[in-house]
Amino acid sequence: MDELKQVFLQESGEQLDALETLLLELEARPDDETTLNGIFRAAHTIKGAAGMVEAVAVESFAHVVENVLDRLRNHEIAVTTELAALMLACTDHLRVLVANEAGTAQMGAAEIEAQTASLLARLRAFGPGGQVQAPKAAEPGVQRIPSPQTGHSCWHISVRFGPDVLRQGMDPENFLRFLETVGNIRHVETLADKMPPAAEMDPELCYLGFEIALESAADKQTIEDVFAFVRDECSLSILPPNAKVDDYVELIESLPEDTLRLGEILVRIGALTADELSEGLRAQAASAEGEVPADEHREKPIGEILVAQQVVQPEVVAAAVAKQTQVSEKKAQDAKLIRVPADKLDHLINLVGELVIAGAATSLLAHKRSDGELIESSSLLTRLVEEIRDASLQLRTVQIGETFNRFHRLVRDACKDLGKDVELVISGGETELDKSIVEKIGDPLMHLVRNSLDHGIEAPAVRAAAGKSPRGTLLLNAYHDAGNIVIEVADDGAGLNRDKILAKAIERGLVEPDIHLSDREIYDLIFAPGLSTADQVTNLSGRGVGMDVVRRNLQALRGTINVSSQSGQGTRLTLRLPLTLAIIDGFLVVSANRSYVIPLDAVVECVERPEMEHDRNYFNLRGQVLPSVCLREGFGLPGERPARESVVVVQYAGQRAGIVVDRLAGELQAVIKPLGAIFRHLQGIGGSTILGSGEVALILDIPALIKISGQAEQRMLVRPEQRSA
Amino acid sequence: MSTLPTAGATAVAGTKAPAVVESSPAQYLTFLLGGEMFAVGILNIKEIIEYGTVTEIPMVPPFIRGVINLRGAVVPVIDLASRFGGKRSEVSRRTCIVIIELTENDERQDVGVVVDAVSEVLEIPASEIEPPPSFGAKIRADFIKGMGKVNGKFVILLEVEKVLSVDEIATLAQVTSDGGSADLAGGSTPSA
Repeated sequence: MDELKQVFLQESGEQLDALETLLLELEARPDDETTLNGIFRAAHTIKGAAGMVEAVAVESFAHVVENVLDRLRNHEIAVTTELAALMLACTDHLRVLVANEAGTAQMGAAEIEAQTASLLARLRAFGPGGQVQAPKAAEPGVQRIPSPQTGHSCWHISVRFGPDVLRQGMDPENFLRFLETVGNIRHVETLADKMPPAAEMDPELCYLGFEIALESAADKQTIEDVFAFVRDECSLSILPPNAKVDDYVELIESLPEDTLRLGEILVRIGALTADELSEGLRAQAASAEGEVPADEHREKPIGEILVAQQVVQPEVVAAAVAKQTQVSEKKAQDAKLIRVPADKLDHLINLVGELVIAGAATSLLAHKRSDGELIESSSLLTRLVEEIRDASLQLRTVQIGETFNRFHRLVRDACKDLGKDVELVISGGETELDKSIVEKIGDPLMHLVRNSLDHGIEAPAVRAAAGKSPRGTLLLNAYHDAGNIVIEVADDGAGLNRDKILAKAIERGLVEPDIHLSDREIYDLIFAPGLSTADQVTNLSGRGVGMDVVRRNLQALRGTINVSSQSGQGTRLTLRLPLTLAIIDGFLVVSANRSYVIPLDAVVECVERPEMEHDRNYFNLRGQVLPSVCLREGFGLPGERPARESVVVVQYAGQRAGIVVDRLAGELQAVIKPLGAIFRHLQGIGGSTILGSGEVALILDIPALIKISGQAEQRMLVRPEQRSA
Repeated sequence: MSTLPTAGATAVAGTKAPAVVESSPAQYLTFLLGGEMFAVGILNIKEIIEYGTVTEIPMVPPFIRGVINLRGAVVPVIDLASRFGGKRSEVSRRTCIVIIELTENDERQDVGVVVDAVSEVLEIPASEIEPPPSFGAKIRADFIKGMGKVNGKFVILLEVEKVLSVDEIATLAQVTSDGGSADLAGGSTPSA
């Protein structure tokens, strides 16, 4: 049971996410049938799953929601902003209820109940009787199924009894008998699709459904009243005689069965009788055998035959075919996914990491012995290990789109609260990155998006006055760049106020009043701890974590954040993150007998150091100036610079630089081992790895290395007297 | 890995029955550092290994000797003598790295400390422990947990949480790193 509940919690979480996304979509495009059906399906799944684990509160609430959605789907009520907001509130409440089932709800029981009651009251306004239904007959231009052709003038009743019906002392058969008091049952089709294999069947549960053709003069209400006792337990739809094509189409779409054959669907809904179907099937078989040319093996679809025989309308067939496809597509998708606990994957990645190290040790040994055969076999091993590494890391990657999509709701709600009009534009949602990173950037991203909404984008009136479109745009973008993933959060708002930030920073003593700072340096000040908690920069209170926390979170992931802004034009925050936290391709270099690893993605080329003409740290690389960092000097390593040195040309964010090292030692796979909390402030070193020899090698953090050497030089040039302080 | 001589533990245990019930006698590992005897509570100690290849970390204070590979985990190594303000320990045949497990801010972290030689495990009852002197030990007072009396001599019992405070060391490393980064640009030695 516990396991079942676990699955329920996870699945309902996913369904609620889907529900929310779809609701937001629906708000934007109220007429989209697919969305509406998706919403209904999600709500229905949640209800069903809740029933399975006996989460009564969730089930009954979801049921009421579903009723309203059902009316929406039947066009009995229209999509309004109010309704959409209510539905979103209900989604949130369902989340709370689900959390309550797990015992992790933030609210007290009384609070939850009060909210349930208030939402139910609001839902009632949209429930049956809340809004008067337009009489069907009055609808103009409705295409009717010509009744004489298919020969039935019966009510069509489609009923699926809930599993607990028997337990509650109801017998489905009694209802059928009772139905006979209302009219004449012309045909009953029993559906036992839900019936599990005998071993799993619980005799106390009801698995049956019925499709009934009823000849009756009674009105719909009377027929429905027959099922009054089980109304809440079963799904019931009643179609009047001479029902419109649309009604059949809708019914087909809402049929709960998983696998349906086209003919059965049509028979079930009464658009076709069994006789007509078998005749059609005979015709299909005949055409397959004889009439169709030999090179055309495809059987003529049953749908076409039926239409040709004029027993059903093309529209009805089309809907049934769509349902058929939908069922099979869903089947295919389900089969492609396997749920795996994350810790099992982590364990696998760890093992692969150890395998990489052990493999490196083996190949080192092979080279030492200079045994040709051993070298060959170990290089094959290395290649396979590399593939296993990539494949297992791939297992953990997810698309970032899911994370991005969550912000639709945030933007929508924040806009309502703040009285702003903002469009969220998402691109690059298919960009993949490690799941553990995705999980950790959610909060920082949320903060950045909120910041943009709060402080960045102006109110519509202000925007209009500034000559901009009243509707602001917030862009979330992601793409891969040189082994990193880049995430951008950009808005077309007011931009950062350079002078205000500077004034604030001076006031807080973060910078000295007479210092000269570039725009970039000033913008970087927003990440300073003293400033982030201040609300005066843009006169609006910040929420959640401060910008310094955002940056710290990113640094913990070996990522960086940059800000660029243009007054009046907007602000762009660029986040750079490594694709994975576990293993990278590295390039091993040696300086003063110490090994260092440069991430291979950053390496452009390696050249021999040109003749030194001066002691300045730049070279002439094919006519271009290449600024460089000498590891030996930079890291204060002992010993003299050797006569021959190598330069590793690295590139990062469009910047090129050279790293001068004693010698190159080739490529390797580096399993990243964190250096631990003691070295968390260390700049220029991103982590460490263990070499085949068992020695620990440091992994260079190229961007930081370039940045600090640049900063240090500037500091030295601007204020030379400060250096000794 | 060196084996621990534990004979001393039983020898001392019998000398005096613990009078204080609430603090039962604790075991301490004693070791030599610059000819002087120090001790740390044995509960924090994970293992003792031979001094091997230590990978230096650039731009950190001298008391951080570097990192070692401890069966696949990268563990920082602190030079205790240097941490106490003295010179770095010279590596000799008996030099060991004592791996100590620390819990700070709910995070577990293993740290290695370099000692000149490991001597023995002692049981020191609470009654035999004197408060640290307010001055004169030439070691920061908060590093000292107490002064244990062993065979009529004082042994400095170290407060490892303070001596190896991850937060403090990280902050010290940052200061050094910020200053040290200056020479990345010019390549000349900094004046400070």
